Amino acid sequence: MSYKAKFKVWRGEGGEGRLEDFTVEVNEGEVVLDIIHRLQATQAPDLAVRWNCKAGKCGSCSMEINGKPRLGCMTRMSTFSEDETITVTPMRTFPVIKDLVTDVSYNYQKAREVPSFTPPSGVQPGEYRMQQIDVERSQEFRKCIECFMCNNVCHVIRDHEENKTNFSGPRFLMRIAELDMHPYDVADRQEAAQEEHGLGYCNITKCCTEVCPEHIKITDNALIPMKERVVDRKYDPLVWLGNKIFRRK
Amino acid sequence: MENTHNTERHEYDVVVIGAGGAGLRAAIEARQQGKRTAIVCKSLFGKAHTVMAEGGAAAAMGNVNPDDNWMVHFRDTMRGGKFLNNWRMAELHAKEAPDRVWELEAWGALFDRTKDGKISQRNFGGHEYPRLAHVGDRTGLELIRTLQQRVVALQQEDYENYGDYEAYIKVFAECTVTRLLKDGDAISGAFGYWRETGNFVLFDAPAVVLATGGIGKSYVVTSNSWEYTGDGHALALLAGANLINMEFIQFHPTGMVWPPSVRGILVTESVRGDGGVLRNSEGKRFMFDYIPEVFKDKYATTEEEGDRWYTDQANNRRPPELLPRDEVARAINAEVKAGRGSPQGGVFLDVSTRLPAEEIKKRLPSMHHQFKELADVDITAEPMQVGPTCHYIMGGVEVDADTGAAAVPGLFAAGEVSGGMHGSNRLGGNSLSDLLVFGRRAGAGAATYVDALKARPKVLPEQVDAAREEALAPLGRTGENPYEVHHELQRTMNDLVGIIRKAEEITEALGVVEKLKERVRMVGAGGSRIYNPGWHLAIDLRNMVLVSECVARAALMREESRGGHTRDDFPGMNPEWRRKLLVCSTEDGSTVKVEEKVQPPMRDDLITLFDRDELKKYLTDEEMAEFDGIAKS
Repeated sequence: MSYKAKFKVWRGEGGEGRLEDFTVEVNEGEVVLDIIHRLQATQAPDLAVRWNCKAGKCGSCSMEINGKPRLGCMTRMSTFSEDETITVTPMRTFPVIKDLVTDVSYNYQKAREVPSFTPPSGVQPGEYRMQQIDVERSQEFRKCIECFMCNNVCHVIRDHEENKTNFSGPRFLMRIAELDMHPYDVADRQEAAQEEHGLGYCNITKCCTEVCPEHIKITDNALIPMKERVVDRKYDPLVWLGNKIFRRK
Repeated sequence: MENTHNTERHEYDVVVIGAGGAGLRAAIEARQQGKRTAIVCKSLFGKAHTVMAEGGAAAAMGNVNPDDNWMVHFRDTMRGGKFLNNWRMAELHAKEAPDRVWELEAWGALFDRTKDGKISQRNFGGHEYPRLAHVGDRTGLELIRTLQQRVVALQQEDYENYGDYEAYIKVFAECTVTRLLKDGDAISGAFGYWRETGNFVLFDAPAVVLATGGIGKSYVVTSNSWEYTGDGHALALLAGANLINMEFIQFHPTGMVWPPSVRGILVTESVRGDGGVLRNSEGKRFMFDYIPEVFKDKYATTEEEGDRWYTDQANNRRPPELLPRDEVARAINAEVKAGRGSPQGGVFLDVSTRLPAEEIKKRLPSMHHQFKELADVDITAEPMQVGPTCHYIMGGVEVDADTGAAAVPGLFAAGEVSGGMHGSNRLGGNSLSDLLVFGRRAGAGAATYVDALKARPKVLPEQVDAAREEALAPLGRTGENPYEVHHELQRTMNDLVGIIRKAEEITEALGVVEKLKERVRMVGAGGSRIYNPGWHLAIDLRNMVLVSECVARAALMREESRGGHTRDDFPGMNPEWRRKLLVCSTEDGSTVKVEEKVQPPMRDDLITLFDRDELKKYLTDEEMAEFDGIAKS
């Protein structure tokens, strides 16, 4: 059942680094994170990797496996052939701290720039009444485990460091959509989405939706509807184009 | 070598260690009471183990069944804990949980709804009525995210007022505390290191709230993540506080058993709450054979009655799959031992024949996802294989129920790291509500303590130097691989102080632990101080070994079986033992001492909430005579 797999793992710190070759045992049912842990336990005790729950619920072990953003804990080894060399690298959009661990503080900074939930004054705790159908839209976005792979894959910042100041990424544009669709939120969020968080940079290529481990329809259900809400105030040709190209359910 | 002067230094009123539900709720409270508050956590902000909680938060809001109230919840909690609970904590918890849940809604949480627009509540093991506020099967995530966003909201307020997001509340993420500091008897701060750089950090603070969670990483098969190394338990012990109830460990009955790499990962109890049933290899719903005497009249005795209960709770008793967790875990263990287990060494948990596929995906989306992705099993079409997994420790820091204060002035604890609330066994759903209720109380307790202080305790440089030396030691040694020592500890605890225990095996475990202590002092970690997991593990091992010794010593001493402590050599529950708490402490920081302590009797108005017939299953004759006196007057 077990075999020896070939791995290339990015190792390095302080802006320097290289791919290091490993040959490592793989057993039935294992995931990529198990293999990284085996490397730590047997060959490279100081190999840095972030992880917590190992069940796809905390969003810590984001990495790029053969160039694709993936959760290490949810990528089964059985999806690769036994003779394939598997390349594991850190998320590319964020600065590397060491090995597979990146500095994701950009995301926490952006989170802080989105004004918080703003209920109407006078509603006391316990008095909230909402229908299931009305909360489901925002609930979908609250499934987000903050793995930041959507922000990692988004070419607006993946290829353009300079856009980081003006663009909050799919994760936090979706957070704005979540609040905008919250039945009790009274803040005006649409102008800020466009002006301060860079909604207009998004040209709906759906890369974020594709990598989302929670299968949240970020583009269709959060970003495009936000663009539509904004368009009342400001013309955005991409929404027009988007509606032509991607027919929404 | 560095000296005290170039260790990063921060002054706070309150330092909260841990950023799960309890830690965040404590920090929010301390900040709301005007205290400068630090949150120190081993992982990134928002990743704590609370995200793993699936089922819900138990709170007697009565949204689904109006007969529910705090007294029913209190009774269920005491029953679940086999009457060993700190009754004052159980009382506060039952009374305050609804307010804590409603408060989350005002901070932006979106729970699933009832038809009339209120927070929906689901059934769970040991709860008489549908009581768990939930969001599908990802309630813990909703809780952590809401609290995280509340912290951010407070930071935004501070930014408005002071131009600095971190003026009053700051998160020190990926930062591990290794020692608490004291000035005389009282807490004066905490010492730790940044995981990212390996640099040291010193918190000068008169109050510390421990909210570090549990100890599961001392076991091989566990639902807990790497963070659960008993840090808070050990920090408290080393600072001179007491731990109670350490022998009581909850093995969740349903963890995944296959594939081996995911063994132990949790399968939520909601599967059973929503109709899932347990079967052995013969296809039998075996739980009907395992209803214990104390619960005989509360559970269905036929499959027909059990099945009717899901739609008509007024006229039927609940199915035995929903017995408290300790009972179900032992039953599964017994079936597997008797040779009636599933091919991979568990039993079958089946929801596929009980609910339509669409309904399963809607109610249990993350379970559906988890089995599909990790085990190639479609739970809408076939049964899952499940078995017990180390999930939760009932024991922890002995605290004052109302304030969360430990025996050491300035030290507070809340959540899993505290002890007493759940007695010998925790009910599912009572953990998320525990975090909220006692997180808030500990934050408030710390704030009040700081207000009453006449002089601020001082950080003593020699303690800082000693802490730094201790933390650096593994890096300077070329000793044994810490991963190997960890593995041996996990195997030992799993095999010898696991779900079923006996004196010889526990004694053997204590022998191993004694040797491991020596080996831990000799482990070495190669590499630099920058994000070095081998070094981090070497440091955590001190905590795991110390806490494991507490578990084993207390387990050896308690000669009865109750809740999360089952002794093969003492199979019965003994009323004499019910009133006794086992208190762990250490004087030299290495040897654990365990002493018996009598738990104060329940207040008259609380004990009279129970029927005499039920109480006599748990209390001694002497206690029953006292009860009769109270009931008469």
